[in-house]
Amino acid sequence: MAPTRYLRSSASRDVNPDLDIERKTPSFDVEKLTTILDGGAENTRVRRAVEAVIHSDPVFSREDKYFLSQNESYEAAVKKAVHLKKMMHQMKWSWAGSECKYCNRALGGEVAFTLHNIFMESILALSTDEQTAKWIPLAENYRILGSYAQTELGHGTYIRGFETTATFNISTQEFVLNTPKISAMKWWPGDLGRSATHTVVFAQLYIKGKCYGVHPFIVQIRSLHDHSPAPGVTVGDIGPKMDFNHIDNGYLLLQDVRVPRENMLSRFCEVLADGTYVKRGSEKINYFNMIIIRVKMLSNEVVPTLMKACTIAIRYSVVRRQSELMPGDQEAKILDYQTQQQKLLPVLAIAYAFHFMNEYMNELFSKGYREIKQKNFDSLPELHAFSSGLKAIVTEHSTAGVETCRKACGGHGYSLLSGLPSLYTRLAASCTYEGENTVLLLQTARFLVKCLGAARSGQPVPPSVAYLSAVNSERCLVRDKRDLLQPDVYVEAYRHVAIRVLSSAAAKLQALVQSGAEQHEAWHQCTVQLVHAAKAHCHYHVVKSFAEAVEKLGQEAGIQRIMKHLCGLFALHGIFSNTGDFLHDGYISGDQVDMMTASYLDLLAIVRKDAVPLVDAFDFTDETLNSALGSYDGHVYRRLYQWARKSPSNTKVRAGGKQTSPVCIHQGKPTLLSVLWACTM
Amino acid sequence: MNPDLRREREAAAFQSELLTHVLDGGAERTSRRREIEALVLNDPEFQHEDLNFLSRSQRYEVAIRKSALMVMKLREYGIADPDEIYWFKSICLGTCVGPLNLHFSMFTHTIENQGTVDQREKWLPLACGLQIIGTYAQTEMGHGTHLRGLETTATYDPATQEFILNSPTVTSIKWWPGGLGKTSNHAIVLAQLYTQGQCKGLHAFIVPIRQLGTHEPLPGITVGDIGPKFGYDEMDNGYLKMDNFRIPRENMLMKYAKVEPDGTYVKPLSDKLTYGTMVFIRSIIVGDSARSLSRACTIAIRYSAVRHQSELKPGEPEPQILDYQTQQYKLFPLLATAYAFHFVGAYMKETYLRITGDISEGDLSQLPELHALTAGLKAFTSWIANAGIEECRMACGGHGYSRCSGLPDIYVTFTPSCTYEGENTVMMLQTARFLVKCYAQVSSGQLVSGMVSYLNDLSGQRIQPQQVAARPTTVHINDPASLVEAYKVRASRLVEAAAKNLQGELNRRESKEDAWNRTSVDLVRASEAHCHYVVVKLFTAKLSEISDAAVRAIMTNLCLLYALHGISKHTGDFLQAGILTDAQVTQVYQHVKDLLAVIRPNAVALVDSFDFHDSHLGSVLGRYDGNIYENMFEWAKKSPLNKTEVHESFHKHLKPMQAKL
Repeated sequence: MAPTRYLRSSASRDVNPDLDIERKTPSFDVEKLTTILDGGAENTRVRRAVEAVIHSDPVFSREDKYFLSQNESYEAAVKKAVHLKKMMHQMKWSWAGSECKYCNRALGGEVAFTLHNIFMESILALSTDEQTAKWIPLAENYRILGSYAQTELGHGTYIRGFETTATFNISTQEFVLNTPKISAMKWWPGDLGRSATHTVVFAQLYIKGKCYGVHPFIVQIRSLHDHSPAPGVTVGDIGPKMDFNHIDNGYLLLQDVRVPRENMLSRFCEVLADGTYVKRGSEKINYFNMIIIRVKMLSNEVVPTLMKACTIAIRYSVVRRQSELMPGDQEAKILDYQTQQQKLLPVLAIAYAFHFMNEYMNELFSKGYREIKQKNFDSLPELHAFSSGLKAIVTEHSTAGVETCRKACGGHGYSLLSGLPSLYTRLAASCTYEGENTVLLLQTARFLVKCLGAARSGQPVPPSVAYLSAVNSERCLVRDKRDLLQPDVYVEAYRHVAIRVLSSAAAKLQALVQSGAEQHEAWHQCTVQLVHAAKAHCHYHVVKSFAEAVEKLGQEAGIQRIMKHLCGLFALHGIFSNTGDFLHDGYISGDQVDMMTASYLDLLAIVRKDAVPLVDAFDFTDETLNSALGSYDGHVYRRLYQWARKSPSNTKVRAGGKQTSPVCIHQGKPTLLSVLWACTM
Repeated sequence: MNPDLRREREAAAFQSELLTHVLDGGAERTSRRREIEALVLNDPEFQHEDLNFLSRSQRYEVAIRKSALMVMKLREYGIADPDEIYWFKSICLGTCVGPLNLHFSMFTHTIENQGTVDQREKWLPLACGLQIIGTYAQTEMGHGTHLRGLETTATYDPATQEFILNSPTVTSIKWWPGGLGKTSNHAIVLAQLYTQGQCKGLHAFIVPIRQLGTHEPLPGITVGDIGPKFGYDEMDNGYLKMDNFRIPRENMLMKYAKVEPDGTYVKPLSDKLTYGTMVFIRSIIVGDSARSLSRACTIAIRYSAVRHQSELKPGEPEPQILDYQTQQYKLFPLLATAYAFHFVGAYMKETYLRITGDISEGDLSQLPELHALTAGLKAFTSWIANAGIEECRMACGGHGYSRCSGLPDIYVTFTPSCTYEGENTVMMLQTARFLVKCYAQVSSGQLVSGMVSYLNDLSGQRIQPQQVAARPTTVHINDPASLVEAYKVRASRLVEAAAKNLQGELNRRESKEDAWNRTSVDLVRASEAHCHYVVVKLFTAKLSEISDAAVRAIMTNLCLLYALHGISKHTGDFLQAGILTDAQVTQVYQHVKDLLAVIRPNAVALVDSFDFHDSHLGSVLGRYDGNIYENMFEWAKKSPLNKTEVHESFHKHLKPMQAKL
């Protein structure tokens, strides 16, 4: 499998004419859009420079990716991580810099030791200065390799339920860590199974028989000399998963493992030598750091994955021809079918919508960060609620979107060589990690219900929920289908639904409480509705931030025009998929729904023309896509055939030099054939 | 047994065993099925290592060994009834995909249906005895759905009385057929027939591809495995390229069309007949949708009864996650869907057998409806089951992502049914074509029969959207029969809207195909609404056949949940058509939640009724005894990465790096 070497200029490529023609007359400046997506031309330049370095290094090749066993994937990821560390050192790239982010993009995230960074970040966030001075240099130089052990076999979301214990022993000045039962084993942490020498363990702290809740402890789990497990430590890999098989997600069982008193990360609480428990400072800043991880995950991992899937599926859909649209004509490109457009183009619109949503959220967080640094924590509840809900809907829609792309590629989408199954399986994990989506939506809902109450009683509310204070409009007044494409019209429709759904959930909640239900029981009864309200709130914000971003593109008329179409497509797709929400109280009428459907279908045809330039603008290299269907040159079938022939199932040869025979894919034993022949009767 | 699961089972309001009998079609059939399953489960020869820890090559070996063993044992036990073979096969292969599946289904099936008496006498004994192993090679790299577009050629040479087979382009390489890469020595190849200089369209040919005995590819044949896939690791989906490969004239399947020795082409009487095989396979996919979704529901619901998380009431112990309304809302509608699809699958099978009975006696009148029905229902059920399996997986949180849950495997094995044997959107459009035709028939004053007879209500001048919308709202949301009516009105409204939009486009466009394409989103919606109606109708019809009152009561609630949840997800259609009012929609939402609470105490018993043996479920999370955590630990210990306490990567990569820094 040899993806074409890294080439930027399309002129030097032999491009499939079916794909080439799609690029002839874009309605906008593709290169300019790329720089906008990158956040400036300088970023684009740096990114491409990093990609060029990575792709020209054979150690980073991903050619074998689809053919590796779990062991081989893990080893390849370790090898790449070690090499990357060396390279970053040579190039003087910093871990916190944009180069590191671009390396990760170029490598498709397939490197080991990703938790090592989380290990360091958690030490920086949770430790005292002395602790930082002790551990960070060791970690930076890979003297120790870290992981972060929070989740247990029996407990994930609910941190208070953790069962691992750390009991302080005054006489030895040590904490004794234990896994009291099987469900208390640490389970899932990345890099924990085979790589890590140390980990931050979250455990219930006990002093003199009293429980003080969950605290973080640095625990050495493997010898720095021969890497064997430390005394009292049972550690291993949790076995094959849907994806991430290059990562050794691990389990950890602790039996009377002793760590010195200094190993409890003590920025916020400390246990003194005599066993006195001291609390200090505010943990809120720490809280903020956790939310930041979520936000970064969306912009560095989730949305780019969706963009890759769009790139592959849309390029393939202009190369693949199927059936006739006009009798006697050549078979039509499948992207010319309305049903194919309706599968892929809304997903493309979602990818752009989420990109602009992320930008908006990043701004919001930069602002929040400045305030928090000045010890002003007022915006924290809003940031938390906002990022929780958005994490849930962005991961949910992105995951579904990638799968739509895969299925839209028909049978070939099922081949790993298409690249799409792996994009899906990686992304699918994001719906449950960093907060399970339903739990997160309910957190957002709790904030919304509180703010609705405040808004109604005339109290000030944070900006993202200020719309709850306004009077809700009663009807959409549009008479012409073109007016439905006005951003203020559809933004208003989403706002209306968000208010209505939240109000009815809140009313129900109140009614239950008034009829005598306890608060928690009433809440429980309304959770399905509350999830609906949180989603409507987030959906409104995505539409709104997209529309605002389009507004700001005034200097680039061509780009602004196509982005406006995409924004309309995103908004109308949401209405088309949930007409009931908009029809429910007569906000829009049946006739308006028909008009809206007509506008929606019109937009598909418009966006269709620019579909390929719109995915080209994402500017993924062939090596990053690693797809036989999605390469820039569009030579789908040639590549599929070449790559398949390189599959180990075909290349393992016998001593005689002939193809391995019968029935067995590779190291087959002749006995199998005999078994088959023995059936002859 | 885990105490949570024991409590759940004791508290159920009905006997799950009785519901199993309903699913199996009678108590005798349940016990016969279990007898047959026991033959496999108690046989040490069928034991093998957990597939999750094996390489693709090893998985293939296991699958081949089991397939061959299965054939021998079936003969040993003298099992010949198709259902019994199916039971035996399901439990024998478990979670594995059989590389010989295509041999037993498509290869022999096609020879039986399309071969002459002579051909059947020659090939079937060889195939049954596995002296030859065959597959069915239709799909090409560049062409799937559009059969006329296939490029492989078979050119008749009267001089030698042979066909010359060629793969003229890269795109014409046969691609995907199961068992083609490494297993088969023969293939039924579909190719464009050329004789006397003319193309006569697609025909089927029996082509030897590997040497009997050595199993080497024959000269002129390039054959291999297409590489790793999302799932189907045990299957050698293959490619096949032919260069001037000659086969005797007799290798063309000639029951219908014929080529005489001199090259004269004799046309078939009816080309509808070749659809039979496709229809059969599609009806099986509907049943698969039900079974795959049932397996996923079994795992997710049992796990949700064992898993405890957070607080519902401050200070109380962590509740079972199945007690959360949001979790019930994810899983119970899927459980109801699984039951609905079971009954649809059973209906399809009966209908298929009934209609093909007619076909063999020459009556083809029901074939168009059968074709339309299987196409749409295949798409409808496989799409929904596909999404449902993933919802079940995600409802299991992080552990659902581990292969020990069995859920990733169920998903990747099931998901290709959305694209194979007819891509779903194409299938929906086939159904739509039938619906539009029926609509036109009704508009011109003729009546239609069968599942589409509701379109007759739109006869005469009543074909006005306003008229339909103006229907009095008389839906009773507690009555399944009334909900069937609601779905019926929705379907007729959407079929009508699509037909009218199509007519509008036809008036504006030159090409019929263009007009059709510009209406296809509407047409797919119409088909979906039709299929949805059929499913609600068949589920409802099943209720009256259930004799046990407790079972009937819980199934009635499941049926209501299925129907009401469907409405709640498509309120727009029901509101826009004036079938339901705003107030009723609000009631529907509330009633769905009420039903969740009714089903909750019966949920575990309802999945127990599917009666999947643990080995068939292939899931640590879904174990019947619910002892998940200790078994997850046991399972994980077997991970390939755990073979040595220190992984070799430490010595190869980590240590050298640390030494340098």
